Amino acid sequence: MSHDDKLVRMANDIGRFFAAQGEARAVEGIATHLRKFWTPRMRAEIIAHVEHGGAGLDDLPRRAVARLAAASAAAAAA
Amino acid sequence: MTLIAEIDYGTPAAQSTTDVTLTIDGVEVTVPAGTSIMRAAMQLGTRIPKLCATDSLNSFGSCRLCLVEIEGRPGTPASCTTPVAPGMSVRTQTPRLAQLRRGVMELYISDHPLDCLTCAANGDCELQDMAGAVGLRDVRYGYQGANHLDAVKDASNPYFTFDPAKCIVCSRCVRACEEVQGTFALTIDGRGFGSKVAAGMAEPFMESECVSCGACVQACPTATLIEKSVIELGQPEHSVVTTCAYCGVGCSFKAEMRGEEVVRMVPWKDGKANHGHSCVKGRFAWGYAMHKERILKPMLREKVTDPWREVSWEEAIGRVASEFKRIQTQYGRDAIGGITSSRCTNEETYLVQKLVRAGFGNNNVDTCARVCHSPTGYGLNATFGTSAGTQDFDSIEHTDVVMLVGANPTDAHPVFASRMKRRLREGAKLIVVDPRRIDLVRSPHVQAQHHLPLRPGTNVAVLNAMGHVIVTEGLVNEAFVRERCDLAAFNEWAAFVAEPRNSPAEVEKVAGVPAQTIIDAARLYATGGNAAIYYGLGVTEHSQGTTTVMAIANLAMATGNIGRAGVGVNPLRGQNNVQGSCDMGSFPHELPGYRHIGTDAVRASFEAAWGRPLDKEPGLRIPNMLDEAVGGRFKGLYVQGEDILQSDPDTHHVAAGLAAMECVVVQDLFLNETANYAHVFLPGSTFLERDGTFTNAERRIQRIRRVMSPRAGVADWEVTVAIARAMGLEMNYRDPSEIMDEIAQLTPSFAGVSYAKLDELGSVQWPCNATAPEGTPVMHIERFVRGSGQFMLTEYQPTDERSTRKFPLLLTTGRILSQYNVGAQTRRTANVLWHEEDVLEIHPADAGPRGVRSGDWVRLSSRAGETTVRARVTERVAPGVVYTTFHHPMTQANVVTTDFSDWATNCPEYKVTAVQVTPSNGPTEWQTQYEEQAQQSRRILADAAD
Ligand code: SF4
Ligand code: SF4
Ligand code: SF4
Ligand code: FES
Repeated sequence: MSHDDKLVRMANDIGRFFAAQGEARAVEGIATHLRKFWTPRMRAEIIAHVEHGGAGLDDLPRRAVARLAAASAAAAAA
Repeated sequence: MTLIAEIDYGTPAAQSTTDVTLTIDGVEVTVPAGTSIMRAAMQLGTRIPKLCATDSLNSFGSCRLCLVEIEGRPGTPASCTTPVAPGMSVRTQTPRLAQLRRGVMELYISDHPLDCLTCAANGDCELQDMAGAVGLRDVRYGYQGANHLDAVKDASNPYFTFDPAKCIVCSRCVRACEEVQGTFALTIDGRGFGSKVAAGMAEPFMESECVSCGACVQACPTATLIEKSVIELGQPEHSVVTTCAYCGVGCSFKAEMRGEEVVRMVPWKDGKANHGHSCVKGRFAWGYAMHKERILKPMLREKVTDPWREVSWEEAIGRVASEFKRIQTQYGRDAIGGITSSRCTNEETYLVQKLVRAGFGNNNVDTCARVCHSPTGYGLNATFGTSAGTQDFDSIEHTDVVMLVGANPTDAHPVFASRMKRRLREGAKLIVVDPRRIDLVRSPHVQAQHHLPLRPGTNVAVLNAMGHVIVTEGLVNEAFVRERCDLAAFNEWAAFVAEPRNSPAEVEKVAGVPAQTIIDAARLYATGGNAAIYYGLGVTEHSQGTTTVMAIANLAMATGNIGRAGVGVNPLRGQNNVQGSCDMGSFPHELPGYRHIGTDAVRASFEAAWGRPLDKEPGLRIPNMLDEAVGGRFKGLYVQGEDILQSDPDTHHVAAGLAAMECVVVQDLFLNETANYAHVFLPGSTFLERDGTFTNAERRIQRIRRVMSPRAGVADWEVTVAIARAMGLEMNYRDPSEIMDEIAQLTPSFAGVSYAKLDELGSVQWPCNATAPEGTPVMHIERFVRGSGQFMLTEYQPTDERSTRKFPLLLTTGRILSQYNVGAQTRRTANVLWHEEDVLEIHPADAGPRGVRSGDWVRLSSRAGETTVRARVTERVAPGVVYTTFHHPMTQANVVTTDFSDWATNCPEYKVTAVQVTPSNGPTEWQTQYEEQAQQSRRILADAAD
């Protein structure tokens, strides 16, 4: 299994826990989880994966990753 | 230093709050009602002669040596069985009493060998003492009559002997086995003169039900039951109080010594975790410290295919520092990391994470708790606000309903299991949630009310269904929820569990547990009085490990079973210092005291104390380190006291990760499996050789004390200090107490901890600070640490690991009593006699069609790999489920386990792997190859440097 596939699986697992909380809270919850527990490189990799189509990633984690991407872009611009 | 002599009060302390005043030999004494005269006298320092009484056991009144006279009462009652009464006047010494006692002693001695001078118990024998105390001078009966002097000695147990010729049939051993240990292995066979002690059905100890806990040996007043080490080495001359280094119960022991040699380990009565009890590991299995395979010199090699070369400490440390610096220059700051161990002390663990964060300049530090209890941290933190069990062990005394989820305490936490069994014998009810019929489901005088033998991987479904019953039947403790919990979150949870898909009838379909059993268990848990949940790795080691911990916390909050004695949520920790290693900031995202590395103020306090800037981003977890290594970005690892190759899942992947690194440094007692891939080996020291603290499963911080010099010359913490210095990070500690002072200064929940306080109080349970200067036995009493309790939505998600046509069975793993973790220590003691190899338990319904019989070799395969083990056909496991342990490296059970893991913490899913079992005629190719490679890798050059 490739490194990206592993990250995708981890993100999907996280997503499935938060899904029960409804869309808005879930996206926020997943994004916070990734920020708190993943290394910057893992986050960069999953962001890049989404930018390349995000194969295999479920909807909620995909949106959480997009939120991370937007936040890091904003931080870089600031 | 002298031998610590504990006072034996003869009978247990009475629990009454009413006081009674009486006089004994003219002196007034006040004691709680229900106290025996014997105990009251001892409180005054008056030692009434006794043989059959000891204060760990209920009085029995058989030896008639402890007779006293009571004013106004006829006869000479036994002081051990007679309770005190107000105004009573007792005499313990009169001519009549003296004569009676001498008569009793004469009878005993006439049937006892008179070899005191050469007896191993000489100097530690109560019979000898009593002969002296009653002034026995001659024996009128002669030794010619019928006697037991020719009875044959039983030396079958590797650690103690039973010499019936010396037995006085006081039955202390029998009662210890029943009351203290709860195994009921011993009986008094026959009557009157013919009566004798027998193990099981009059068989040798090793063939009986005996689990070798040592309680009978300790209770025996004579040399009948005695440690072989005492026979061999003689009586000890001094003792030091220390803590067992095996499991999370954290038993206190007196290490009884002759010089630097351990004669025996005796459980310490004042130990607050064990109250004088022990199990076979802590009591007897310490011989590994002296094992010939211990490595005592640092060693180096260029390539892992080279033989090892012994070098000086300077050279070894120099190599570690230069290699780590080179790797960082070449591959970047994040290319190295460290792994702390739950076997190491708080101080050592703290230093390793400090070395990584301040010295390496990254947060790539993780701990073996990753593979066991990391979900406990996450789950309890989210719900209660702290990553720890809520109770002390004593809390079990007040419990009415015990719910045991995915834990097997009689094997993994034996001393606590004994206390639990005692409480169950007193009438507490038991619910067992476990795929396997563990011993507690039915053992002597204990029978679970409900056993929920769920399919592996369905914990969350079953716990949700219990929540469903509690909510829909109106069993919620509404007052508690309203007052203590977040109400909105509760309402959301209540609506969620009440949904039909969480009903027992629906859950029966996925979990295989009859709906009615779930309903009955839920009702009992909610309405049976004080209900306490104890859980183990059968909860955490799942893809929904964290969710299960949350589901447990939900049930406790909904029923108000939190915040007082007798209730609570209690993780049973595997290794001795799992709690401590987590407390000490071993996780890549957390500083000591569970504070996120990204929290600026917290990070700033550590930066100020350590004089280095710290990275605010979380570092790599162990599985991520291995992934990164395979990917070529992670090149150097410092592993203190862990064997990730054997203990972590998916061995092939771990091996590939380690093989891809350029500098693997292993610090351990033995050349463990991980060391096969190491470039530097630093010899470790055992718990007998160093000072420090461990924190047990009840958050109790206890001292370990050095009883002998470190055999490799230095203690583990000194090695970490040396590496730090060589890498340019200044660390100055004269001894581990100064490390604890730094921990206390930087960690609010440890603020009040110091070695001085531990010496004074014996132990403290964190939080220990200005508001709780003597520690905190029970947490969340008035409010939760996080404020209000937080219910979490715990949707059941079936694991991706499913049985298929190719792999139709589910494998689950566990441990057994005599062995510990990867077995590196216990395999090097006589404990192997109880467990020579790992076996695979398989149900007859699965074994039959496969042509598998008990004792056959079978091939166990999963999509990750395959291994061979011997089979044991048994109904302990359900059809469709197989079970094995992981104590022996040759078994390589983790070759089979996969890389699926808990969603929140990546704790591996050890408890569910889809497998196939087929007959086999011997080890697999990988096992044979591995064995060869391991042997190659353990070569040490004969021509050693100094
Ligand atoms: S060692 Fe323990 S289990 Fe064995 S007989 Fe003695 S008390 Fe019972
Ligand atoms: S073996 Fe020891 S404890 Fe047991 S009955 Fe004999 S003398 Fe008493
Ligand atoms: S292994 Fe555990 S239960 Fe056994 S003596 Fe050690 S701490 Fe106590
Ligand atoms: S000690 Fe009281 S009867 Fe034996």
